[in-house]
Formats: sequence, structure tokens, C-alpha cells
Amino acid sequence: MQSKSLTISYLTDNSVEISLLGDWCLTCEVVTWQSFQVQFEQYPEPPEKIDFVSSDLESWDSKLLLFLVKLDAYAQSRHIPVNWDGLPDGAKGLLRLATEVPERSGARRRTRTRSLVYRLGTWAMDGVEELTGLATFLGEWLLSIGRFFTGRASFRWVDFNRFLQSAGAGALPIVGIISLLVGAVLGFVGAVQLQMFGAQIYVADLVGLGVVREMGAMMTAIIMAGRTGSAYAAQLGTMQVNEEIDALRTMGISPMDFLVLPRTLALILMLPLLCLWSDALGILGGLLVGVSILDIALLEYLQQTKAAISLADIATGLIKSLIFAVVVSLAGCLRGLQSGRNSAAVGNATTSAMVTAILLIVIWDALTTIIFNRLGI
Amino acid sequence: MAKGAQVEIGNRSGLAHIEVRGMTMAYGDFLIQKDLNFTINQGDIFIIMGGSGCGKSTLLRHLVGLHPPAAGEVLYQGSSFWQLAPNERNALMRRMGVLYQGGALWTAMTLAENIALPLEEYTSLTPAEVNELVSYKLSLVGLKGFEDYYPSEISGGMQKRAALARAMALDPETLFFDEPSAGLDPVSARLLDDLIIELRDSLGATIVVVTHELASIFAVGNNSVFLDAASKTMIAEGDPKRLLTETENPIVRKFLTRGEEGYP
Ligand SMILES: Nc1ncnc2c1ncn2[C@@H]1O[C@H](COP(=O)(O)OP(=O)(O)O)[C@@H](O)[C@H]1O
Ligand SMILES: [Mg+2]
Repeated sequence: MQSKSLTISYLTDNSVEISLLGDWCLTCEVVTWQSFQVQFEQYPEPPEKIDFVSSDLESWDSKLLLFLVKLDAYAQSRHIPVNWDGLPDGAKGLLRLATEVPERSGARRRTRTRSLVYRLGTWAMDGVEELTGLATFLGEWLLSIGRFFTGRASFRWVDFNRFLQSAGAGALPIVGIISLLVGAVLGFVGAVQLQMFGAQIYVADLVGLGVVREMGAMMTAIIMAGRTGSAYAAQLGTMQVNEEIDALRTMGISPMDFLVLPRTLALILMLPLLCLWSDALGILGGLLVGVSILDIALLEYLQQTKAAISLADIATGLIKSLIFAVVVSLAGCLRGLQSGRNSAAVGNATTSAMVTAILLIVIWDALTTIIFNRLGI
Repeated sequence: MAKGAQVEIGNRSGLAHIEVRGMTMAYGDFLIQKDLNFTINQGDIFIIMGGSGCGKSTLLRHLVGLHPPAAGEVLYQGSSFWQLAPNERNALMRRMGVLYQGGALWTAMTLAENIALPLEEYTSLTPAEVNELVSYKLSLVGLKGFEDYYPSEISGGMQKRAALARAMALDPETLFFDEPSAGLDPVSARLLDDLIIELRDSLGATIVVVTHELASIFAVGNNSVFLDAASKTMIAEGDPKRLLTETENPIVRKFLTRGEEGYP
């Protein structure tokens, strides 16, 4: 195979002539660098000059240039002058281009493997940084709210209305369907158990309390984290990639006021309302199961529900959902603003917004449930 | 990508490479240009010029097969691009390299990965060979050593050059550049012009350049077409240097003399 792509002849004037033959293309088999080197070094003394003959070269592309670039470096390291004149003009031009600009020193990156201790330390420091970042963000956001109420925040009401629309009315169908189904499932599972004791009427209590105190707020928050929180992260992340956020900063417009505030306020206003909607549809789901499967009279079911739920229960759910709204919207905006400047980073920001929000929702929910329980609310 | 043509470039140049016949371009009902007829010859550096928004980028998208024309056809070496079977069309598109107006490097990949992707996709080279080839392509555009940088970590001019290295990854027969020197300083713009000429001479590629930089137009172009936004058609074609001295059309004169001549 190597006999096909080149021949090396040692001439009497102590120079070497390399004749290129046949096809030198990316998809062709040509002599490997190693076997060329072996062949080349058969001659005991390094030659005084290398010449090229390319009259039998049929076609060439980058493959030939790869060989020439290597040969150039090799010849330089061994101080052998090379006369490129025998090469096709195009190849000479490309070789000149490729070797013209020297590698910028220090540009190349080295990857180092670090010790376990080093990595553990970095990990801990990243954790601390993450927490301070979170606290700073929360603080700045509160300041921005202050500016909003004193009328000093630059803020576009058009944007705000759009966010209200998408975080409110736009979410009604999905929140409605999921709540209805979860209410029905809860009712059905309860019914199977309660029927054994002839206590099927208490399905109304189970569904009513479960939905109003827990499920309503939690489900809406998780749906909104997936639907709206991650959208916020993607929007702000993309703006980060396009330097749109830098453009705002240099104009003296605070991204916190301009971008974060309308998004968070919209969700904070809308999530409790969605939570009420979810409560209502959850109860309806339970009612459908109770009336159709357990043969409870409609009025009886409603009365039982009304007796089971107090205003305090509804308030509990609403307070939770208010906090969830803060968590979901801030997690979305924070991750968006923290996003790196490439498409993968925007993806990570979106995922991370979801994960952060859901984690905080569940932690907060567990905490409040315990607290309310202790306080007897 | 065997390139049997390279050693015989001299005799191939002058042959029609791309022909545009009676082409109309439109976005939906919105007409951009109509009645386009011109020929790009093998080995040309062909300039598409005209004011902003006249449809230069759109024409480029039609030539590289991203957009079918509303009417008319594009012939590549005699065969109609849009009449080809999809797999033949893809094979043809692989022999083109495109430098997009914004660079369009994949931001989530390093420069090396950007250039390696087409090589891994369309050749059976070993990873070591791909790496060597990537370094070589980067060295052609003066970016040797920047393999592991992400596009966001290098300057705009470097991004343009990296995008050029990616466009050349598969040793294309035809290179398309959309405003290559826009956003570059005059020295870098001049170097890029030199690079374009050098690439045509060495690779033997046909090069189509969208630009409205007069200096580039006269420095690199040997053939051109002028698109007019008002009449929505081409109003001049030919060697830009000759157009400058010969054209009677006031709009073209005004463009080529930076508004100093033309329009009484
Ligand atoms: N995707 C699109 N949809 C509709 N119109 C477009 C689209 N892209 C460009 N246009 C319109 O086509 C015209 C030509 O655009 P373009 O080809 O980008 O101009 P230029 O000559 O500056 O490159 C412009 O008027 C622009 O508004
Ligand atoms: Mg354009």
C-alpha cells in the first residue's frame, strides 16, 4: 500500500526526493506517518535536503496537507531544509497558510486531574457560593419590590399583563384537568377503604381536606414550576446568550426590576387564584366519584364537604401557595440569570430551575404541615 | 470527498458551476426578488451585492438548498437542484460549505468539536485523524491552539474564522460566505479577503460572497450580480471593476461609488 502513495529516493548529492503518487484523499488509503518515518530513516545519515516530485500525483485534498504539515514539523526538528517547489501550487499555498500564523503561546488548554481533597474543597466552596448567591438574589429581589411600591422600578406594564395572562388564564386548562383527575383518584382510593366500614360519606371529608390543605397548592405549584418557572429560566437564559441582559445593564436598567419583578409578581398574584381553582375542581372530582360510584346524594356530599372544610383550611392552602409562587418564580429567574452563554447552559438552567423549585416546594410543604399541625391550625 | 479536480483546476475554470434560471424568491406572498438569471463559473469569486434587505441572504439560502425557490430553478453542473432525489440533494449539499452571517457556531461545543462533527458524520476517519485534521483546519484560519475554546470565549473575528474553518471541514467544492467581513476591523477584513483569494487559488473552490463592503467587492470579486430592492430584480451583473467604469445604471453607480455618483 505504501508503495502506491509515495516513493523515497536517495540521490547522490545526499538529498532525498519524495515522489507523490496516485490519490491522496481523505477516503483513500495512503502511507501512514509511522511507516513513512521508518522508510525515511533507513538512510543512516540525515539528508541535506528534501525535494518533491508530484508529476504522478492524481488528486489530493486535506489528506496530503496533513502529511505535509507533519513533514514540515519533522524536518524542522531535525534541521533538514525542505524545498516545496515540486508540489502543486494549491498545496504550497495551503501549507503556507497553515504554517504562517504560529500557535499563540498559552492558548492551548491543559486538563489536570485533581486530588479528592481538592475536589471536595471545590465542591464545598461551590455550595457556599450557591447559598450566598441565593441569599443575595433574594435580598435584591426584596429591594426591588421596595422600589416597585415606591414607584421607582422601571417596569413595563405590557410585559406584566402578558405574564399575568400566561401564568393565569393560560394555565387554567392544565391545572383544571389534573386537579379534577387527582380529586377523582383520591375519592376512589378512599371510597374502597371507607366502604368496608360503611363510612363512605367520609369520602367528602377526605377529598375536601386533602385537596384544600395539601394537594391543591402542591399540584398547582408543581405544574407551574414545569410550565412557567422553566419558561422563565429559558427566556432569561436565552437573553443571557444574546447579551440582551448586558445591554440592559449598560443602559442602567436593572434586570431585577425589568425582568424578574414582573415575572415574579405575576406568578405571586396568579398562583393562589389557580390554587382556589384547583381546590374547586379537586372537590368536583371527588364528588363525581362519590355520586356516581358510592351513590351518595349530591346535596349530602356537598353538605358533608362544607362541614368538613373550615376557612382556616382554605387559608392554609393559600398561604402555602403564596410561598410556592415565590419559590417557583424566583428559582426560574435566578437560574435563567445564572445561565452560561451557550445552548447547553440554557438547557441546564431550565432543568435546574425545575429541580430547585420542586425540591424547595416539597421541603417547604413538609415544614408547614408540621408547623400547622403543632399550632393546631 | 475525493477531489479529483484539483490538479486540473486550470482547465476546469470558466465552466458553468451554478446556474440560476428565471428564479423568483418569496416568503409566502411577500415577493423578495424575481426574474433572476445568472451563472457562477467554476473558480469564480462571485459577489452578490445590493442594499440592506434586498434579499442577498435569502438568495444565498436558495443557493445552498435551505429554501426552495417560488419559481425557476438552480442548476448545479447542469442538474436541477430541487429536482434531485433527497439523498442526491444531501450529497450535493455536503460538497458545499457555508459561512453564515452570524457565524452560527454551535455554542455548546468547543471549536474542535464544531469542526469535527461533519468529519465524524461523513467520513470514516479515525479519531486521531479527525483531531489532526481539526488542528490543520484551525491553523489555516490562524487559530491553532484554540481547539478547546467555546465560541463564547473568543472574539467575534475569531468566531468568524472558526466558522470558516468549519465550513471548510469537508473540503467543499463551493464555499458560500454571508457578509464575512461585517463586524471585523479593517485589517482583519483585509486579511479575510486575502484568505478568500488564497483559498480559491489553493482549494480550487468556487466562492460565492454576499457583501456590501466596496473594498472587498473590488479586491476579491471577478463576477457579480446586483440585486435592487425597489424593482425587486437584478439590475446588473459582471466583473465589479468593469461595472464601476461601464455601468450606466444610476443605482449601481451610486452603490459602487458610495453615493458620490449616480442619481442626478
Ligand atoms: N423568514 C422570513 N420571513 C419573512 N420575510 C423575511 C424572512 N427573512 C427575511 N425576510 C425579508 O426578506 C427581505 C430580504 O432579507 P435578507 O435576504 O435577509 O436581506 P439582506 O439582503 O440584507 O441579506 C427583507 O425585507 C426581510 O424583511
Ligand atoms: Mg443578510
